Amino acid sequence: MATSTSWLDRSRTIAGPGFNRWLIPPAALAIHLAIGQAYAFSVFKKPMGALISGDVNAPAPTDWTPGQLAVIFSIAIVLLGLSAAVFGKWLERVGPRKAMLASALCFSGGFFISALGVSMHNIWLVYFGYGFVGGIGLGIGYISPVSTLIKWFPDRPGVATGMAIMGFGGGAMIGSPLAVALMAYFKDSAPMGVAPTMLTMGAIYLVFMMFGVFTIRVPAEGWKPEGYVPNTQHSTLITAANVDADTAIKTPQFWLLWVVLLTNVTAGIGVLETASPLIQETFSDVSMGEGLGVTAAAAAGFVGLLSLFNLLGRFFWSSASDKMGRKPTYMIYFGLGILLYALVPTLAANHSLALFVIVCCVILSMYGGGFATVPAYLRDLFGTMQVGAIHGRLLTAWSTAGILGPLIVNYLHQNQKEKGLTGAEAYQTVFYVMAGLLVVGLIANMLVTAVNEKYHYKEEAAKKVAA
Amino acid sequence: MENRINPTVPDAGNAPSSGLKTALAWLYVGVPLAWGVSQTFIKALDLFK
Repeated sequence: MATSTSWLDRSRTIAGPGFNRWLIPPAALAIHLAIGQAYAFSVFKKPMGALISGDVNAPAPTDWTPGQLAVIFSIAIVLLGLSAAVFGKWLERVGPRKAMLASALCFSGGFFISALGVSMHNIWLVYFGYGFVGGIGLGIGYISPVSTLIKWFPDRPGVATGMAIMGFGGGAMIGSPLAVALMAYFKDSAPMGVAPTMLTMGAIYLVFMMFGVFTIRVPAEGWKPEGYVPNTQHSTLITAANVDADTAIKTPQFWLLWVVLLTNVTAGIGVLETASPLIQETFSDVSMGEGLGVTAAAAAGFVGLLSLFNLLGRFFWSSASDKMGRKPTYMIYFGLGILLYALVPTLAANHSLALFVIVCCVILSMYGGGFATVPAYLRDLFGTMQVGAIHGRLLTAWSTAGILGPLIVNYLHQNQKEKGLTGAEAYQTVFYVMAGLLVVGLIANMLVTAVNEKYHYKEEAAKKVAA
Repeated sequence: MENRINPTVPDAGNAPSSGLKTALAWLYVGVPLAWGVSQTFIKALDLFK
């Protein structure tokens, strides 16, 4: 078959002599900066909810409702987890270049299909486009560079994966103002300028991601940085062996890390979901004095600040984990997290705005750090052989948190409001429950031990089975 | 240098990469990221007004 000599093949991506491994993080960033746009999808919500009326403040009865529009992101985030889990082993087999190309085609294709759906005012087409096809692009794209980065940077896997996953956080910062600018530019040529904006963004992201496709390389078998000696000083958790993806999910360590990721992400979503209304309701003119309350614009600034710390935390904590070890780093996320989450209601009640902002920023940095540190944690426990596939399966925890987090937050907040509580008081329970969730995560992390040798991959045994 | 690959591995299609090439690659992703971060930072300043 022609594919045996295709430039997409793994064999054609093996780096030659003199290849600079510092070209790999930009290749990974080209993918993650693009797919991170998913976090900025909310920028389309209001315009898409007024395609018929043409006025975001007065939607027509036939316009799409906020509930209908919220489903688009939910489908995308569920498909992210599912496709990462399903295509992880395929990625390990075919290599990162083919996976990155698949991701680029799906992600940009999702935009193109959605543009058609918006033009035809067919929500199902948008669900299929951005949600389903785009979601598959998200999942494959998210895991595609991880295993390669870890193999290129065995001496600092946290730094390497932190850089890439930081890109996912940064993607929203690019995607949001880009979409706003494009919608303003196209506003006279189509309803709210949405459809041409989606077409343009699909094209821009396709070109941008292709840089990653062309640049990515895998190291040759047995390659290691000069002078590199495997570091096992932190703990016995760092293995020199490998565990394959199918076996990994049979280990308690995998499921403990699943709980670790689930609780960390769910709790972080608790802050992200409530950040804007919480700061406005808690630090309003009524409580702070006339003209001193937090305005809607300032609340948007607060959300922006949280995004910055989410981004910085991904790189900072993940890099720090190379020095501290993965398990102690998660102990900080959970130990410090429990204290800070429990502190938020008190700070809100005392109207300590500055401290409130600082605490929320630290919380969000650890939320981002949790995402970025987990690939290196998996590498420590399961080796590098199929770390991408194992990471893909672990991301189902993210999908679950993506559904669970908003559900818990909205239920608890609504419940408190029905009891007559307002402002900061209506959010108290949310933060205490999130702190409780972190206790579960802390326990799960404490229980993580080295993977039993019986799960280690044995090449001879695998050959016998294959024969 | 620590990031030089094992020269015994044959691969004709992947030439040595120069420092300029690496710098350009970082610019390619760094410029849009810096633009996005600056936009967010400007927005975040509203909190302190």
